Amino acid sequence: MIEAKDLCKHYGSIIAVDHLSFTVGPGEVLGFLGPNGAGKSTTMKILTGFLAPTSGSATVYGHDIVDDSLAARRRIGYLPEGAPSYGEMTVDQFLTFVARARGIEAGHIIATVGSAIERLNLGTVVHQSIETLSKGFRRRVGLAQAILHDPDVLILDEPTDGLDPNQKYEVRRLIGAMASDKIIVISTHILEEVAAVCNRAMIISEGRLLADDTPSGLLARSRYHNAVTLVVENPHRAASVLSELPEVAKAELHGRELTVFPTGDGLFEAVSRAVSTHGWDVRELRLEAGRLNEVFREITGGAAAS
Amino acid sequence: MNAVVNIIRRELSAYFATPVAYVFIVIFLVLTGVFTFYLGGFYERGIADLDPFFRFHPWLYLFLVPAISMRLWAEERRSGTIELLLTLPITLWQAVVGKFLAAWLFLGIALALTFPVWLTVNYLGEPDNGAILAAYCGSWLMAGGFLAIGSCMSALSRNQVVAFILAVVVCFAFLLSGLPMITDLFSGWAPQALLDAIAGLSFLSHFADISRGVIDLRDLLYFALVTGFWLMANMVVLELKKAD
Ligand SMILES: Nc1ncnc2c1ncn2[C@@H]1O[C@H](COP(=O)(O)OP(=O)(O)O)[C@@H](O)[C@H]1O
Ligand SMILES: [Mg+2]
Repeated sequence: MIEAKDLCKHYGSIIAVDHLSFTVGPGEVLGFLGPNGAGKSTTMKILTGFLAPTSGSATVYGHDIVDDSLAARRRIGYLPEGAPSYGEMTVDQFLTFVARARGIEAGHIIATVGSAIERLNLGTVVHQSIETLSKGFRRRVGLAQAILHDPDVLILDEPTDGLDPNQKYEVRRLIGAMASDKIIVISTHILEEVAAVCNRAMIISEGRLLADDTPSGLLARSRYHNAVTLVVENPHRAASVLSELPEVAKAELHGRELTVFPTGDGLFEAVSRAVSTHGWDVRELRLEAGRLNEVFREITGGAAAS
Repeated sequence: MNAVVNIIRRELSAYFATPVAYVFIVIFLVLTGVFTFYLGGFYERGIADLDPFFRFHPWLYLFLVPAISMRLWAEERRSGTIELLLTLPITLWQAVVGKFLAAWLFLGIALALTFPVWLTVNYLGEPDNGAILAAYCGSWLMAGGFLAIGSCMSALSRNQVVAFILAVVVCFAFLLSGLPMITDLFSGWAPQALLDAIAGLSFLSHFADISRGVIDLRDLLYFALVTGFWLMANMVVLELKKAD
């Protein structure tokens, strides 16, 4: 359990985190979502005990992150932004150093490091110095370091930033595999990531919490939620026909795509019926779940304006 | 304790993983040789002791110790590893002391490698080896003082060059505070107690006795206090500056 109460962090006159409160429990994969400079990294630095909050407090399984910092840190695995590590060390030297620092008993170190190496597929580079590794490998070394001691809490700052799609997929799979009994907090500005790995998302902007919801809950806030998009031969005629339907609130044409927005239930069925009655040549027909980027823009853009 | 040992081990292996350690040791040995045999007039004096060797150590350390200390924290901050290090379950004090001790041990190794000088003097005459050992210890202690200053300065900036220059300046002030050129600035108007206090801060005056092999508890205490003070300052600086 992580409980944050009214966390604030000021850097001089900059307010990086502004009265942030939240609670996360085991099994939750919480995504901090926000534009650059939103305060995601700063919040993580506070939770991991690197920075003290200007005001407010947080506990990790009951241990205050300032007063009982060591006990709190023992339960956390942390991947700082950019996955920093000691470049001149080899992968196994580095992981051994972290394992010792984590207080793993001498007899278990080799096994612990070995299992982390295996889980992150680092077998081929164990004896290579970290500075010679590719970005993807370095990120995996950072992740290996974070999960080494099988922590209850994983805090990962932009774990997939700068990785190629395959590597992103791998990292997300790994996070998903660990999710069942841990608290995982990841930060990202990539929207698809939230839908891919998180079961809860907090949208943060300018240090403030603007939304705290499930990914599907966020999608449901989109005006595209349950809208129907279709690509047809003659979109203008289709648009005028569909706007007449009682299920359709509005029709919008964007390029070749015609999107109709619902008044209530049954829009998809109504559109399908219209398609078959008029015998339109349909290339594409889909029910929209909602568009995260639009929700995101709306939520964070509103904050910037106010 | 284990945490400190772990950090010492990591740091030391980092020194030797790069050419820096070897380059440093070679430069250190060459310079001690040059100072001892040319400037110190080791042979010309015709006395079997290592005074010409030890006499130049403060000046050698003035530049060489900051060269070692400059990367201690500046590098951690530049590369972001400080965030990794300080979120491990170790205290700030353990981190500061571990890194300091590793660098100090490294300087000890460099110092120990000057043993051919000691062999030479024993070959040429019959020196007081107890005094030489004492002087070695004193020299190492003084190196610790310089190093603690350098470590603290290194925490002030993420730029190693800045850290180096700051360390040289502060070390220089500590070194010189006993020399007439500094005390003269104060004499005539400052009270004698202040003059004594300033002179008492000088590395040179505390090292002068030690380098002759005279171990005075006050000199040892002085270096221990200076080192302790600057390591504390190091912690405070880190606490204040680690976010930047
Ligand atoms: N060390 C620092 N000194 C001053 N301002 C900082 C520092 N670190 C971050 N900031 C500022 O705090 C805000 C939040 O930054 P950060 O937490 O890194 O955001 P995010 O991770 O969401 O991109 C930004 O405006 C950033 O410029
Ligand atoms: Mg960030």
